[in-house]
Amino acid sequence: MDLFYITSFVLSIISASTPLLLAASGELITERSGTLNLGVEGMMLIGAIAGFATAHDTGSALLGVLAAAAAGIAISLIFAVLTQTFLANQIAAGLALTIFGHGFAALLGAGYVGIAAPTLPKLAFPLLSKIPFFGPVLFNQNILIYFSFAILACISWFLRKTHAGLILRAVGDNHDAAHAMGYAVLKIRYGAIAFGGGMAGIAGAYLSLYYSPLWSQDLASGRGWIALALVVFSAWRPYWLLAGAYLFGGITYLSLYLQGLGVLIPAPLISALPYFGTIIVLVLISRDRRRTRLNQPACLGKSFHAVV
Amino acid sequence: MTTIKRRGFTALLGGAALAAPGIMRASRADAPLKAGFVYLGPVGDFGWTYQHDVGRKLAAKALGAAVTTSYVENVPEAPECQAVFQNLASSGHKIIFGTSFGYMNYMLKVAAQFPDIKFEHCTGYKQAPNLSTYDIRFYQGRFVQGVIAGKLSKAGVAGYIGSVPVPEVVQGMNAFLLGMQSVNPKAQLKFIMIDSWYDPGKEGDATKALIDQGCDIITQHTDSPAPLQTAAGRGIKAFGESTDMISFAPKFQLSASVNDWGGYYIKRMKAVLTKDWASGDTWGGFAEGMLTMAPFRNMPDSVAALAKSTVSDIKSGKNKIFTGPLTDQNGKVFLAAGQTMDDGTLSGLQTLIAGIEGKLT
Repeated sequence: MDLFYITSFVLSIISASTPLLLAASGELITERSGTLNLGVEGMMLIGAIAGFATAHDTGSALLGVLAAAAAGIAISLIFAVLTQTFLANQIAAGLALTIFGHGFAALLGAGYVGIAAPTLPKLAFPLLSKIPFFGPVLFNQNILIYFSFAILACISWFLRKTHAGLILRAVGDNHDAAHAMGYAVLKIRYGAIAFGGGMAGIAGAYLSLYYSPLWSQDLASGRGWIALALVVFSAWRPYWLLAGAYLFGGITYLSLYLQGLGVLIPAPLISALPYFGTIIVLVLISRDRRRTRLNQPACLGKSFHAVV
Repeated sequence: MTTIKRRGFTALLGGAALAAPGIMRASRADAPLKAGFVYLGPVGDFGWTYQHDVGRKLAAKALGAAVTTSYVENVPEAPECQAVFQNLASSGHKIIFGTSFGYMNYMLKVAAQFPDIKFEHCTGYKQAPNLSTYDIRFYQGRFVQGVIAGKLSKAGVAGYIGSVPVPEVVQGMNAFLLGMQSVNPKAQLKFIMIDSWYDPGKEGDATKALIDQGCDIITQHTDSPAPLQTAAGRGIKAFGESTDMISFAPKFQLSASVNDWGGYYIKRMKAVLTKDWASGDTWGGFAEGMLTMAPFRNMPDSVAALAKSTVSDIKSGKNKIFTGPLTDQNGKVFLAAGQTMDDGTLSGLQTLIAGIEGKLT
């Protein structure tokens, strides 16, 4: 296996892992604020069609990404209104969002089936992109791949080092206390939900404008659910999330690769692996209550109703 | 609505007048024939279901006011599909097409409950007095693709994106390699099963893996244009699936096996209208017009000419594709020289021929 093929192998893993990382980064913030939004798959699909349609109609893939983020935010706000203002059950509302997103995206996309749209360009750094291996891997990538790393670094810094991050975590861990301290719990959660929606929308645009540049009703093919599983798998920590996304993306690609070499790995087993991994992590971190408390935002999934 | 009805009435009246028995039958035939379609995927998949819907629209257009068609999409191969068939049957549909293998046993049950209604099951193998089966000999198109691949592949290794190892896919892989070997006896085939008929991301990834392993021609047995697009992105030529996908890779699609269900749908609906419908099993290919090849593009004229003559040889029955000697992966001859595989064996095929890398299970 020469360097060209190793490079190509690594590039394939990066491109398979990025949509998981993008969507999961957004959901991580949503969940750290104490809200569980199961609608990631639906928001991704809405983002994918909004991005594809905009790119097709305007001829600009970058505008497509912005439209995808906006569409993701817009649809996540439906969830926010239902669960935060009207105190609807978050599990039910999230599932409804996925089902709604799936159908609505199909409706919007009916006229976009079977046609091509502009794809997202790669950003090549002059000279650096010519270095063997490191050039193509690090300095000649799709802009959303750079973005996925940058945003993850920002999220980690935000949660650990900033006052605003501390407030977000406080809202997720004890909304009553945060409220008593004078923080606007609902507004903060609205913001966190919108951020999750925007990121899911961008992940959708990554799919429809770069990864498999086309529109189809099942474009996300369960990646939203894997992203949700990843947030739990990472125990709500940004860098573990990065590791998890690349682990799952890498395993999926590696299994396909090995099959091509004639190594027999049952494909259904590989499809099940992310969920299986998540169950194992869940079991590990819930072995005792102290561990669970260390990791999971204590108010995850609970509605907040201010008693004045 | 009334206009359509009246037009249908006059059209049929004309037909009935020719057929002599008189006005009574004509007035009974007043209402157009209702035909129902049950689809596994969305009509927007641009692959399997899309192509069935093209056939439905074609039939609706060809038969005009004599029929009205309706369809239900995204129907799973699970008990709930039974209710979908029952609904169609009890709402006046006289002929109902189910277009996925997994509907088989449910259709069998519903057909027994509605003996007056004609059922048509695509890709199944169980028939009943009012349940027919129909399918396309997809492997014929695969052989033609293989001939092209054998001529164009410099490495002599092609890549096949498979879904699940059912006989249809096994036939396809074998036929593709047989086609390649007919022009390059040393040709080999690598494959990857992605455990889904539709997952653009995975299909694209499998394509990348096969290209990285030295395949310089790609074909797919999955429904999205992603393998074709990915191959084009890497400068590798490939084939479309089910439908002409040229718009996704204008410079890299060589051809595509195009499923043409319309002719069959027209024939069967007409048979119900004329009361000539009989249960049977149709397995059609080039000769029956159920399978066609998209224009041969992006290849030298000599290769296109060879592909065309291969199509006509298969059409005329001169080339039966699965003829002996055929050797399996372990070097054992499983079809002796001079013999042709019968349809029964072929439709349950689970053996890979020598030259295909990798095992099925």
